[in-house]
Amino acid sequence: MTQALDVRDVHASRGSQPVLRGVTIDVAPGEICALMGTSGAGKTTMLRAIAALGPFDSGSIVVDGFALAPGQVPPESRLRVLRRSVGMVFQSQSLFEHLTVMDNVTLALVHALGWTRERAESEAMALLTTLGVSHRAGAFPRQLSGGEAQRVAIARALAPDPTLLLLDEPTSALDPARRGSLGEVLRALAAEGHALLISTHDVDFAEAFADRVAVLAKGVVVEEGSPRDILSESTHADVRALLRSPSSEPAR
Amino acid sequence: MYLRLLAALVLVLASGSCARARTAHAPLRWGGDAEGGAPFVEADAADPSKVRGFDVEIASMIGQDLHRAPVFVQVAWASIEASVERGDFSIGMSGVEDRPELRERHAVSIPYFEFREVLAVRFADSARYRTLKDLSGKRVATLGGTGAYQMLLDLQPHDGPLPTSYDDDVHPYSDLVSGRVDAVLLDNIIAERSLRRSGGFYIQPAPVATGHYVAVLARADSALRDSVNEILRARMRDGSLEKSFRAWHVWDDGQAQYFARVLADSTRARTAGAAASVRTVRSYLPALLRAAGITLLLSCLAMLLAVAVGIAVAAGRVYGSPLVRAPLTLYVEVIRGTPVLLQLFVLYYGLSGFIRLPAFIAAVLGLGLNYAAYESEIYRAALQAIPRSQLEAGRTLGLSEAQILRLVRGPQALRLALAPMTNDFVALLKDSSLVSVITVVELTKQTAIYATNIGSWVVPGLLCSAIYLAMSLPLSRLARRLERRWSSI
Repeated sequence: MTQALDVRDVHASRGSQPVLRGVTIDVAPGEICALMGTSGAGKTTMLRAIAALGPFDSGSIVVDGFALAPGQVPPESRLRVLRRSVGMVFQSQSLFEHLTVMDNVTLALVHALGWTRERAESEAMALLTTLGVSHRAGAFPRQLSGGEAQRVAIARALAPDPTLLLLDEPTSALDPARRGSLGEVLRALAAEGHALLISTHDVDFAEAFADRVAVLAKGVVVEEGSPRDILSESTHADVRALLRSPSSEPAR
Repeated sequence: MYLRLLAALVLVLASGSCARARTAHAPLRWGGDAEGGAPFVEADAADPSKVRGFDVEIASMIGQDLHRAPVFVQVAWASIEASVERGDFSIGMSGVEDRPELRERHAVSIPYFEFREVLAVRFADSARYRTLKDLSGKRVATLGGTGAYQMLLDLQPHDGPLPTSYDDDVHPYSDLVSGRVDAVLLDNIIAERSLRRSGGFYIQPAPVATGHYVAVLARADSALRDSVNEILRARMRDGSLEKSFRAWHVWDDGQAQYFARVLADSTRARTAGAAASVRTVRSYLPALLRAAGITLLLSCLAMLLAVAVGIAVAAGRVYGSPLVRAPLTLYVEVIRGTPVLLQLFVLYYGLSGFIRLPAFIAAVLGLGLNYAAYESEIYRAALQAIPRSQLEAGRTLGLSEAQILRLVRGPQALRLALAPMTNDFVALLKDSSLVSVITVVELTKQTAIYATNIGSWVVPGLLCSAIYLAMSLPLSRLARRLERRWSSI
């Protein structure tokens, strides 16, 4: 089976400081992979490189058959194919504050894919209904609760139907009950065939909802496997450190 | 320095002891506008600290006969009456025209010179435009605040010409030659001087009207006025006024006949209508409201231009390559670093050799391009204030950079920029008064004309302020409301 995401031996640095030192990771369609690690382990840098928002120095990143080259991020005009394949949900959600929930979700459909407004709105309404926030379609982002904003951000990223969905610390602003319901939503997306790569340091969340866990420490994947194997039986010092940290830290 | 002071002191004491009558009196301070130039008052080319001209000579005759040393005080021509009433000097004399409002408000001497209002036209038009009647609907230039301007204003509702007022007496004639106006109505002295200086036009020999120059004194100073009248009559009689006028080439037969008339009828009584001020408010209010309309239209058009150019400049400076950014930065710095008054002059007069812009268009362009530099800085700051994550969210959705600017960054920046923009618009509304220097009569200029004509700033000033406030207060309120509504973003 072809991978939705194939990352091989990726190095990246911020200034002269190495952040990723040879990361290899893959995600198959229908699979949820949790990229775990303490703050500063390189999770966000990895996600930004995959979404072509940040550069990487060497190695290869292939998303749904599209290969990203190392070096500076290429201009948007050469990223059309990648943009269609990858959706991203930001830790801060980054909803467009001046647009309603409906307009946030339809923006890419109308302007990037050239759909008619009617078609885009019916698709968006279906997504918002699936995610349980259709009643907020006319609201502005600042009127939403943290959980609602999270779901709207997911709906916005899902609207162009990407193969791979990246989520950066999706549970950081949620209470435990909402974490559970977010997990259900993500499982349903995986069942539809989406590949999900979730950066998180929330051990309980990863254990409950991820198919596979990769633990990132000091820029390399130190352990990889099923959540049960890794999170309950690993003897690796970095994994134990992760387990000792509080399961949720305040949003950065 | 000390020695020279001492010498001066000794000289003053000495002259005091031998001619007590002369120093018993304070110096005679008289005011005029040396910018008006010869033959009235001009700076002496040999010694710019001194002035010369026939008004200067008349002042020295008056000083001589009063045994007081004349001291010249420079004052803007339009402010002579207000300054004499304030006591800045005792006598104002600089081609001051006699008119009923002047006599109503101040003590005024007998006229010492009779001039003719004459029409100057281009050679090609000399057969076509002989009188003001021939110029119906055409642009006729003159100096603001003069009898000629008042005459044009009075004629305008009756199919008369379109009055165009200037602040100086050089540009009416250069604009006549270049085709911006079709005729100039001013007194024959100024017309003939301009003809000698630059030429290129024709003065119709038949006068449109006659007028008189007078000396103006503070209302309470009627005793001094009476002495001045006696001196003027004596100097008409003994020929010294004629001699001075001849020296400045302004003497002719008409002047001789006028002097004879004055000396024959030395008690010219003039009465001014008591209801004149009510009449002037009524007659000027429509003109003020029309001028307010021009201020508003001018400000709106200039702001539209400023916003459009400002957005383009800001986008160029945020998104452009260094090659694009450099000239845009230069534009912003040059515009912000030089006075808008200078920019208006360059645009209207400086470029007139290459492109002859109509005054109103030049005003819109000048103000619009000036404000565009300030607007662009507001937009640039607003664009840069939008968080990077908003732009990245747009990118991951597959929007192009242009779409992100148009759909995400631009609209959000506009919300940040709206309050400062509204403040700028209120400022522009008031800065638009500067365009009177390029002959556009807007609210402030119209008020100044009104005030000069009735010789008081109280009523025109209050009316003008009320109109400006009526235009700017709603805008300030709008700015505050927008700021409140979008403060949560």
